Amino acid sequence: MSQSFDEITAQLKRRHRKTARLKWLSMGALALAATFLVVFISDMLVKGLPAFQQAQIQVEVTYSEQSQQMPPAAVNEDVRRLVSRGFLRTLPMRMRDNPDLMGTTRMEWVLADSAVDQYLKGHHTRLKDDQKSIVDDLLAKGQVELKFNTRFFTAGDSKMPELAGIASAAMGTVMTLIVTMLVCFPIGVMTAVYLEEFATDNWLTQVIEININNLAAVPSILFGLLGLAIYINFFGVPRSTPLVGGLTLALMTLPVIIIATRTALRSVPDTIRQAAFGVGCSRWQVVRDHVLPLSFPGILTGSIIGLAQAMGETAPLIIIGMVAFIPDVSASFSDAATVMPAQIFTWAGEPDRAFTEKTAGGILVLLVVLISLNATAVWMRKKFERRW
Amino acid sequence: MLNEQTVSRENEPGQPSMGPTLKPVQPSTQGKPVNTNEDAGHELSIRVRDLNLWYGANQALKNVNIDVYQHNVTALIGPSGCGKSTFLRCLNRMNDLIRSVKIEGLVEMDGRDVNDPRMDEIALRRRVGMVFQKPNPFPKSIYENIAYAPRMHDLVSRKAEQDELVEQALRDAGLWNEVKDKLAEPGTSLSGGQQQRLCIARAIAVKPDVILMDEPTSALDPISTATIEDLMDKLKQQFTIVTVTHNMQQAARVADYTAFFHLGELIEYNDTRMMFSNPHTKKAEDYITGRYG
Repeated sequence: MSQSFDEITAQLKRRHRKTARLKWLSMGALALAATFLVVFISDMLVKGLPAFQQAQIQVEVTYSEQSQQMPPAAVNEDVRRLVSRGFLRTLPMRMRDNPDLMGTTRMEWVLADSAVDQYLKGHHTRLKDDQKSIVDDLLAKGQVELKFNTRFFTAGDSKMPELAGIASAAMGTVMTLIVTMLVCFPIGVMTAVYLEEFATDNWLTQVIEININNLAAVPSILFGLLGLAIYINFFGVPRSTPLVGGLTLALMTLPVIIIATRTALRSVPDTIRQAAFGVGCSRWQVVRDHVLPLSFPGILTGSIIGLAQAMGETAPLIIIGMVAFIPDVSASFSDAATVMPAQIFTWAGEPDRAFTEKTAGGILVLLVVLISLNATAVWMRKKFERRW
Repeated sequence: MLNEQTVSRENEPGQPSMGPTLKPVQPSTQGKPVNTNEDAGHELSIRVRDLNLWYGANQALKNVNIDVYQHNVTALIGPSGCGKSTFLRCLNRMNDLIRSVKIEGLVEMDGRDVNDPRMDEIALRRRVGMVFQKPNPFPKSIYENIAYAPRMHDLVSRKAEQDELVEQALRDAGLWNEVKDKLAEPGTSLSGGQQQRLCIARAIAVKPDVILMDEPTSALDPISTATIEDLMDKLKQQFTIVTVTHNMQQAARVADYTAFFHLGELIEYNDTRMMFSNPHTKKAEDYITGRYG
């Protein structure tokens, strides 16, 4: 007599319970991970979004011989300490460029000192009590307010938080990545094509393969040391420049691109290769006309992801001196530059509290750029994907 | 009669005879093969002598001797793993793509040993085209699927010439009427049977002498299969066809000659009608009557 359904169902209960438990555990793990992500992003948003706003103050600016000699004299003594020293410093230059200003007095919205900015944002501030009451007073009259911080996106670094911007670092990142891409895309793709389509399977190619895979796992700071030893000390490439930074990151990105390209090449079905060989293609024609076009979306995606990884890299660039203080946006591959993560690193080390929000703001910009790069990768894969 | 004719051709001056010739049928002469295709030419297309092939240490072909005749369909049959596909791929050196392969023996076409290092495999594949088991059109347009190879081999110079060649190839493959209005559509958008005919058109577009077909209908429905079989019958006017098939009835329907492989050996090579009515070997008989396979 075999078991009845009821008996079997009773035995199955424990098994179903186990399934349910596993389901809840895995959902819990996912929820935990999601929580971390949400906390991280919201913390960055809370800390970083204020960086995109900057206090401005409306003051009477007197353009006179005296303020030409001693810029602080241009502003009334009460509010002198509330105005950014960076603004005052530019006054003589503005008067030289625009002689009509001489002898006039006008109300102008000018950049406020970071202490005012921090006070308005409710943070700890250096302002003394009397200064605070002046600010409160101005605030009531609408002569102090937070405005969109264009400077953050157009200026280079500065020791004065209200003047500091991410533009020079962004430019440095762009130029560094251009060098990286120009170097490692062709070399990486060609290496992968050779290994995948031409090389015979012998001990030498196996050694190469193992080494490439290991290279992808090497701590990035070692690539910095390598770049320092080879590019700077041996070849004499100028330090701190996008050129040497790009070359160093290329070392790091190369294995990523090689591995991604090999995967993409391997995903092209062999039937296509056979078809091509069958009509009398040479190996090069098979690769150029059939395999590469089909694997191109995968190669592109892998390269963009490798690039995004290189973009977030800081350690190797610190070693080759790309944490320089760069106040001006430069556009030369052989001038000293810094990159976004290095800029964030620099700001994080600044003692002035006002730099905290700059740090978070910089991270937000970096995240947005990274996410757009990855989104581009996904979009390109979708766009160029061909079915067979 | 056929037998002697061919043998005597083999023995022409300068062409040393190489052991058992036309049909390495073991009990050779009883029941002379009757050719179903009396009018067809019996010019030799490919001559294979003592062909041995190893995948690593595993011998996949053992002393195969066979003569393939022009403008005939030769079918290779046998149970799975018997070496028939491997043999087929020796004829256009597709086995070169497999790294551990070792080949000994003679595969001769047009007086040249195809395995000679001086023989360029691209030149060989220009003259020996191939159609695969699974339809594998290039992921390009229908037009481009056909035009690609002739252009690559410099068979066409002007656009008009190319258009003409594409149309001719598609007509020969019996596909023209179905695709003439959608030449720009991807080849992969066609049905399985149409894709396979597209692959045949692609193969004949470079005007080869021989077309190898590796189980061309095994992935297709019966109607598409019938279409391809009719096509093979037509194409043999222009080309020599060697086809591998799992399907004995197909061999009986389309082939002029049938070769039966078993465990890497060519057991019997015979006129198709003879092969199916009165096989000379026990193994072939057992296979054909369905005792194993």
